[in-house]
Amino acid sequence: MTQLILRDLVKRYGETEVLHAINLDVAEGEFVVLVGPSGCGKSTTLRMIAGLEEVTEGEIEIGGRVVNNLEPKERNIAMVFQNYAIYPHMSVRRNIGFGLKTAKLSKADKNARIDEVAATLGMTELLERKPSQLSGGQRQRVAIGRAMVRDPAVFLFDEPLSNLDAQLRTQMRLEIKKLHTRVGKMMIFVTHDQVEAMTLADRIVIMKDGHIQQIGTPAEVYHAPANTFVAQFIGAPAMNLMSATGTSSGVRLWNGAKVSMPDLSIAEGREVTFGLRPEDLKTNEGDVLAGTVTVAEPLGSETLVYVDVDGSEIIATAPGRTPPKAGDKITLGLSGTDAHLFDTDSGVSLRAG
Amino acid sequence: MAATDDLAIRASSDSLLKAEARPRKRNMAQFIRWALLFGGGILMVMPLAYMISTSMKWPWEVYNLGLIPEEPTLENYTYVLEDGRFFGWFLNSLIIATITTLSALFFDSLVGYVLCKFKFRGRYIVFIAILSTLMIPTEMLVIPWYMMSQQLGWLDSYWGIMFPGLMTAFGVFLMKQFFETVPDDFLEAARIDGLNEFQIWWQVAMPMVRPALAALAIFIFLGNWTAFLWPLIVTTSSDLYTLPVGLSSFGDEADVAWELIMTGAAISTLPTLIFFLIFQRFIIRGVVMAGLKG
Ligand SMILES: Nc1ncnc2c1ncn2[C@@H]1O[C@H](COP(=O)(O)OP(=O)(O)OP(=O)(O)O)[C@@H](O)[C@H]1O
Ligand SMILES: [Mg+2]
Repeated sequence: MTQLILRDLVKRYGETEVLHAINLDVAEGEFVVLVGPSGCGKSTTLRMIAGLEEVTEGEIEIGGRVVNNLEPKERNIAMVFQNYAIYPHMSVRRNIGFGLKTAKLSKADKNARIDEVAATLGMTELLERKPSQLSGGQRQRVAIGRAMVRDPAVFLFDEPLSNLDAQLRTQMRLEIKKLHTRVGKMMIFVTHDQVEAMTLADRIVIMKDGHIQQIGTPAEVYHAPANTFVAQFIGAPAMNLMSATGTSSGVRLWNGAKVSMPDLSIAEGREVTFGLRPEDLKTNEGDVLAGTVTVAEPLGSETLVYVDVDGSEIIATAPGRTPPKAGDKITLGLSGTDAHLFDTDSGVSLRAG
Repeated sequence: MAATDDLAIRASSDSLLKAEARPRKRNMAQFIRWALLFGGGILMVMPLAYMISTSMKWPWEVYNLGLIPEEPTLENYTYVLEDGRFFGWFLNSLIIATITTLSALFFDSLVGYVLCKFKFRGRYIVFIAILSTLMIPTEMLVIPWYMMSQQLGWLDSYWGIMFPGLMTAFGVFLMKQFFETVPDDFLEAARIDGLNEFQIWWQVAMPMVRPALAALAIFIFLGNWTAFLWPLIVTTSSDLYTLPVGLSSFGDEADVAWELIMTGAAISTLPTLIFFLIFQRFIIRGVVMAGLKG
């Protein structure tokens, strides 16, 4: 039973604290994605788990033992790096076998293990090639193979897909997900791409400025964001946020429009932030808001429309076949049950608990 | 295949067309370029040509400046090669240059690597201290070296000849610059794979800076092969002489036997030539890369 626990993990570089008391529990076999904007401390967290950075304060526990002072190789982990880090002077076979260098196995056993990993990754024909003869995706696969060969308890990935082009990224994303299903090992994956996070994760950890903002399944962080940061970070295009005031039956939006909130009660007169995802704002299905289309972005199945409503820009969705054009006057329908409410000062959601 | 051939043809015909468009200007520039290269070439080759020429002259003809010997002879070569001392000096030079090269490659890259990849207090000062020794010419270092050798009883020994070159500041600097090009990810991946720091250096970092190692090997080998001043000062017994020192001792006080010295010199360039031909590929790449980095 391998479990990873981070307890009040703090990282300081000199005077600057970049991680502030991170707490996280990851269960055996779970796929956890750390996501957040650049510089929020994702890589630092991952590198501390790997043992490449020292822990300033707090504890890291893997499989029941505190590993703070253990060497990376003693932690039973493997890591895949953004720029692959496969050795240019070695064949694919030797690269994959590199992780077995310190293992006490016979040569035949090692080769058998390498072949097995190569077969899992569909790279058997590439084993004798040099990295310079591989494509970016194949190189990344070699890097993953090198991580797999030792059969570690925990896989760590630091933005492994960000050097690939968009199409290959999607494909490799799928492969990593399949790999996870097959090997069933704990994986911790760092990315700043929220789509990658949503598609891969069992649970997403959203970070900002060295703090964890929310931990939850993709559905939870999407449908019940803990604060305005998460609400805007997850989902593309981002959630619309508008200022509003509490009324007896719901809220009154900044432009005076009234929305009833049957499942929430807010003190009358309280200032709140009202959030609504673009797909919950439908054109020509109701008339809570009215405005002029400034830009229409057809995406095929649907069209994103940017609407100027009383001076504020709101993003809504329109059907793909008969989209409105720029300059059209349209009305937008919405329902209070789809809406999110946040405290204006702290940004914390008023829905959650 | 066909497509690329086609492109190549088009490219070359393009350049032909352009050449026709401005023939004057182009020819003039071409001429100046050739003239400069020719002049430089002559300057480089002349000493070599005279070396070969003199080695094939009789003693009475040595002070004749003609490039073609009047009576060419290989007598000098027979003499030098049959003189037992020459072979001994050749061997001394070979052993000393080889050991110093291996040692300098090892220590220079080890120190360069540590200065590049390990963050520790005072590493900048260490680096500057090493670099600053580059500014002191050999002629000045010879005195402390000599005093040190005298104190420690290293005079007139292999060790005495070799010790100043076992590690070089230039090599440390060069290797440090080259290790900057090795991304830390590679080293960290190896660390996670369970290698110790020495293995990481030897098995991961070193193979990635091979061109630099080859270039450094050439520089150091040639430097030691042709070193004259220090070996001359530190040795007294003639069987410890290196080639350059031994050659200069041909002849007696009254009469320097230039034809023999030149013969010896001609023979001693052979290994460097072979060394260069083998490593040429690497040197040129190494120098280019060093240039880019520096
Ligand atoms: N060696 C260091 N010394 C000082 N500060 C550092 C060091 N390494 C990282 N930091 C700081 O720590 C913070 C977190 O860095 P980290 O690399 O973890 O960010 P990240 O979330 O991985 O960002 P990115 O998406 O850009 O990779 C950043 O503000 C960074 O400037
Ligand atoms: Mg990072």
